[in-house]
Amino acid sequence: MKINGYELSETKKNVWQLKPFDCMKLPGKIYGDKVIIGHLTKDVEIGKDWNALKQVKNVACLPGLQTASFAMPDVHPGYGFPIGGVGAFDTEKGVISLAGVGYDVNCGVRTMRTCLTKKDVIKKQKQLLDELFKTIPAGLGITGKIKLTEKEIDEVLVKGAEFSVERGYGSKKDLEFIEENGKLEGADPSAVSALAKKRQLKQIGTLGSGNHYLEVQYVDEIHDEKVAKAYKLEKDQVVVSLHCGSRALGHQVGTDYGKFLAAATKKYKIKIPDNELVCAPFKSPEGQKYYSAVIAAINCAFANREALAHLTRKAFAKVFGIAKDEVETLYEIGHNTCKVEKHKVNGKQKKLIVHRKGATRAFGPGREEIPKAYQKVGQPVLVGGTMGTWSWILHGTETGMKETFGSACHGAGRLMSRKQAKKSWRAEDLVKELAKKGILVKGHGWAGLAEEAPGAYKDVDRVVNVSHNTGIAKKVAKVKPLVVVKG
Amino acid sequence: MAFETFEHTADIGIRGIGKTLEQAFEEAAKAMFSVMVDIKTVEPERGIKLVIQIKGLDDNGLFVEWLNRLVAEKDISGMMFSKFKVKIDDKQLVGTAWGEQFNPKKHKPEVEVKAATYSQLKVEKQKGKYIAQCLVDV
Repeated sequence: MKINGYELSETKKNVWQLKPFDCMKLPGKIYGDKVIIGHLTKDVEIGKDWNALKQVKNVACLPGLQTASFAMPDVHPGYGFPIGGVGAFDTEKGVISLAGVGYDVNCGVRTMRTCLTKKDVIKKQKQLLDELFKTIPAGLGITGKIKLTEKEIDEVLVKGAEFSVERGYGSKKDLEFIEENGKLEGADPSAVSALAKKRQLKQIGTLGSGNHYLEVQYVDEIHDEKVAKAYKLEKDQVVVSLHCGSRALGHQVGTDYGKFLAAATKKYKIKIPDNELVCAPFKSPEGQKYYSAVIAAINCAFANREALAHLTRKAFAKVFGIAKDEVETLYEIGHNTCKVEKHKVNGKQKKLIVHRKGATRAFGPGREEIPKAYQKVGQPVLVGGTMGTWSWILHGTETGMKETFGSACHGAGRLMSRKQAKKSWRAEDLVKELAKKGILVKGHGWAGLAEEAPGAYKDVDRVVNVSHNTGIAKKVAKVKPLVVVKG
Repeated sequence: MAFETFEHTADIGIRGIGKTLEQAFEEAAKAMFSVMVDIKTVEPERGIKLVIQIKGLDDNGLFVEWLNRLVAEKDISGMMFSKFKVKIDDKQLVGTAWGEQFNPKKHKPEVEVKAATYSQLKVEKQKGKYIAQCLVDV
């Protein structure tokens, strides 16, 4: 189909190619069914300036891009990059892009298994909700339990999750089951501004707000027995998932480097089709400085989630009398990152700087980066749905490694604006409706709850079905909410 | 003078309208904080002064910088702000933000603004009024 210059063709079921035109150096490659593609083309048809297909196109105009400008099935408009966008660049000739990382650096999900069943939690559901709400610092303006000095923040930026463990806010056993073992090498705390650090002093171990949450879930369906066994997941088993990122520090890194990279884009005469796509050659001093700040922020998110996991364990221990080590990390993923990874491009091994913006790394079997226990089956891919429906645990595949640099979707994606959602739903009614379905929800802000109404989101099954059917990440288990704490 | 928010799927747009550029900046700051709390409940007890050097920044860049400095200040001071005064000359923007310590029970918190972005950014004069707007990442 051809719409206003955009030429889309389905190269195989649910995989669409956007033919290069205008400044595009490579094609766009979009994973989606007819409905998902329909959302994209509609925006082009009605002449919407801010549209995801345009952003897929724009990323393909950046220097050093490899293979294609990718869009995962949860694609929707973002800043510069589409949400659900993946762009891998040659480290020698390519760029590092702010939009490919975003403001909530290393926003991600950790899922932990417990020794409890659905029945166990239902018996003490309200108690658990209240204890979690009390224990987990969440919501706008709420400070964390760990208050740090600026010098200590530098340690957080270098040590990542290890910092929280050393401070008694975590467990060493978690580290293997976090991407990068919870600590990426190469952080430069001096590349992070004093302002960013000042903002973060009281925010380690906080959930934040917006679409961040802590959700106690149960395994409702197992779709792959073999992989579920490797992940130690069973039907009716209770798991708990945290969704949050690097908090104020990550945000400030985004803000600080916006101006910095705008200057670098000019200096290196990089033609960008959108002001949001400010960047620098990866190998340049500016590119390396930004990357080292991103790594620092990535580590900050690791430290944050480790501390939150610790507090979650405390709450479970209090309510159920279970030991903290009976809540084990299944895996932790980031979905707003850029990392240097080795991939094959046209038969050659290359080092690439892979940006995943609202997209999850989904490494398949055999990759050395993933835990030994998962090497035969691929890493878990944690896909958040909505508090009224369900979420998914998928696994990375060889197909994903070949086709999308080991990348997959991250969530359902929003359908409705926050303003519309607030008009359409009253938080109090939502809470009552969800309680009738057996889901207890508590939030730190009523408007925030309404904005996160399940109806404001797209259908996560559609997104996951495309991932599964195209083979880039395949279904392992569906998990349904029981208790939800919203920031 | 007025402030308002505007539609966006994932985040929120904020807009300030004023007779002068400075007033538009002040109103936009109110719009931004109204996303976070009910600003009518925030008493302008204490003032914090911010100075931004203009060198190298155009109006658009200055606007985003102003908003982002306020976002940073809220985290550092733990305050929410409801009243603003901005003065812009050749060299700098001097802004004062008045507010009080954040109190979740009093201020009716909604969502946190992570940053002001360059998206849908517009600072211009339209029909005799100044408009300053952008998307904020929540």
